[in-house]
Amino acid sequence: MKNSSRRGFMGKAFGAVAGVGAVASLYAMKRTWDPLPSVKAAGFTTLDMSAYKENELVTEKWRGKPIFVLKQNAEMVKKAQANPKDMERLIKIGNDYFMVCVGLCTHLGCIPGYNPDEQSFLCACHGGMYDFTAEVTKAPPPRGLDIPPFKIDGMKIVLGEEGPEYKKMLETGVTLKV
Amino acid sequence: MAHFTKATSLHDWLNQRLAIDTLRRVLATEYWIPKNINFLWAMGMVLAITFGLLLISGIFLLMYYQPNVNLAFDSVNYTIMQEVGYGWLWRHVHGVAASVVFLVIYIHMFTGIYYGSYKNGREIIWLSGMLLFVAFSAEAFSGYMLPWGQMSYWAGMVITNLFSGGSLHADGLVEWIRGDYVPAQAFLNRFFMLHVLLIPLVILGLIGLHFGALRIPHVNNQDGEEIDFDAEAKKYLSGDKAGSKVIRFANDFMSKDMMVVGIYLIFFFYLVFYHYDFAMDPVNFDPANGLKTPTHIYPEWYFLWSYEILRPFSTNVGLIAFAFAQVIFFMLPFLDRSPNAVPASRRGLFKYWFWAMLIDMIILTAMGKVPPEGLFSTIGLYAALTFIGLWIALPFITKFEKKV
Repeated sequence: MKNSSRRGFMGKAFGAVAGVGAVASLYAMKRTWDPLPSVKAAGFTTLDMSAYKENELVTEKWRGKPIFVLKQNAEMVKKAQANPKDMERLIKIGNDYFMVCVGLCTHLGCIPGYNPDEQSFLCACHGGMYDFTAEVTKAPPPRGLDIPPFKIDGMKIVLGEEGPEYKKMLETGVTLKV
Repeated sequence: MAHFTKATSLHDWLNQRLAIDTLRRVLATEYWIPKNINFLWAMGMVLAITFGLLLISGIFLLMYYQPNVNLAFDSVNYTIMQEVGYGWLWRHVHGVAASVVFLVIYIHMFTGIYYGSYKNGREIIWLSGMLLFVAFSAEAFSGYMLPWGQMSYWAGMVITNLFSGGSLHADGLVEWIRGDYVPAQAFLNRFFMLHVLLIPLVILGLIGLHFGALRIPHVNNQDGEEIDFDAEAKKYLSGDKAGSKVIRFANDFMSKDMMVVGIYLIFFFYLVFYHYDFAMDPVNFDPANGLKTPTHIYPEWYFLWSYEILRPFSTNVGLIAFAFAQVIFFMLPFLDRSPNAVPASRRGLFKYWFWAMLIDMIILTAMGKVPPEGLFSTIGLYAALTFIGLWIALPFITKFEKKV
């Protein structure tokens, strides 16, 4: 009896030590798979918004993802003003309006193509369509293209930082966090 | 310590230390196999041989492959294919075997389903086999990443995106799996590790379990006959080899296995030398480019059926249907409520269920390959619904099956 309770104690003591070790090593394993600090630090991109031309899609790169920048022309701004939901998706820099979004279809992550004549995007993989503000117009994509976190800095914007304009977009549900 | 005597031969020396006679008896000469089984039962051996080919060709590819986003593509498509002596051979063997192994797995699975080999004491064989299927799928996917071509990159993007769980938006989980915001260096390195070490280890362990699971219930047979293996083995050992319903695994039954393996290898190397391109997607000969999507993304042929179950639905419903398709085969021994472990042809409605399931999966595979437009997407939708419907119907149609 004495012996068996002694073995029982040793068993429990081992269990406790092993349990602490298991939890600690699982945490270490989880952390090893996290993105590296250098990957996270490289997650900022500054764009000079004065360089873009109207209705000409430019693809930039941020965090390895394609970023669509589309400077709106007068006709597009007029169309957007008629629909407040479209207007909310645009970013005003100086006197110009820009559509800036992650160029990955919200369905399964392909890159939609832009047709400047029809001012719309088509994702050829599964037939999803978006308008010039990258709002979805035809399923299967569940929502418009996501807008990356941005901060306006004069005529520049910094992607990866959350400025007040972006935070407002999150609150009103214009975009999801990416 | 055990008592050792002076060895009379090398055999005796080893036998005293390793019990090689006992080992041979348990694993080979007194491992009993029913006589009435056809060539479809050789698929296990065909799979073991194919796995061996994958392992050996993989080791040689590993010697020159570079798991680096800037070097991986050229290390495969230039160094291994052009410079390394016979590098092309290892790549084609590896590529063809990776594709053909799934063909044989599917034949092996449907053989098991047709003959009811997952039932009445053989459940663990079925479950360990399904775990092997999942492990092989993970192995195939992680290997598909390594040449770092366009299809690799975008398959990595799309498949890892599935883990965001649709409307759950678990983007943090996806970034954690990738180690980056998109498939990049961290992603390539960890999938390389999974492909060459962790998943192969899991596969080897599961193969051990799968073989071990056969030991007690033994292999099923063509007629679904319940054989008293002890009695039949005794008959065989007493000299009545013709009257016994079983034979030794080695070397007697192995000779039949190896005959099938021989025919298979001729077919296999015909593919390796003359039609290796069927296992190579042309899109994957463009280097990975995160800023350009291929117009039509589709997986390798062996994943098309489950891809097509995902595709015709909206994001969330599609993910649920996809998850259903991944796990439902595991449930087969428990959803089939009939007491019969006999060929499907001698059962009731299950006979039609089997062929309907097989044809439906072939249709899903074909529809998964074509672009999701018009008639094709309608056929795909109905085939996906049929797949789910058949599984829901299975417990009901088998419950009323009469004992044969």
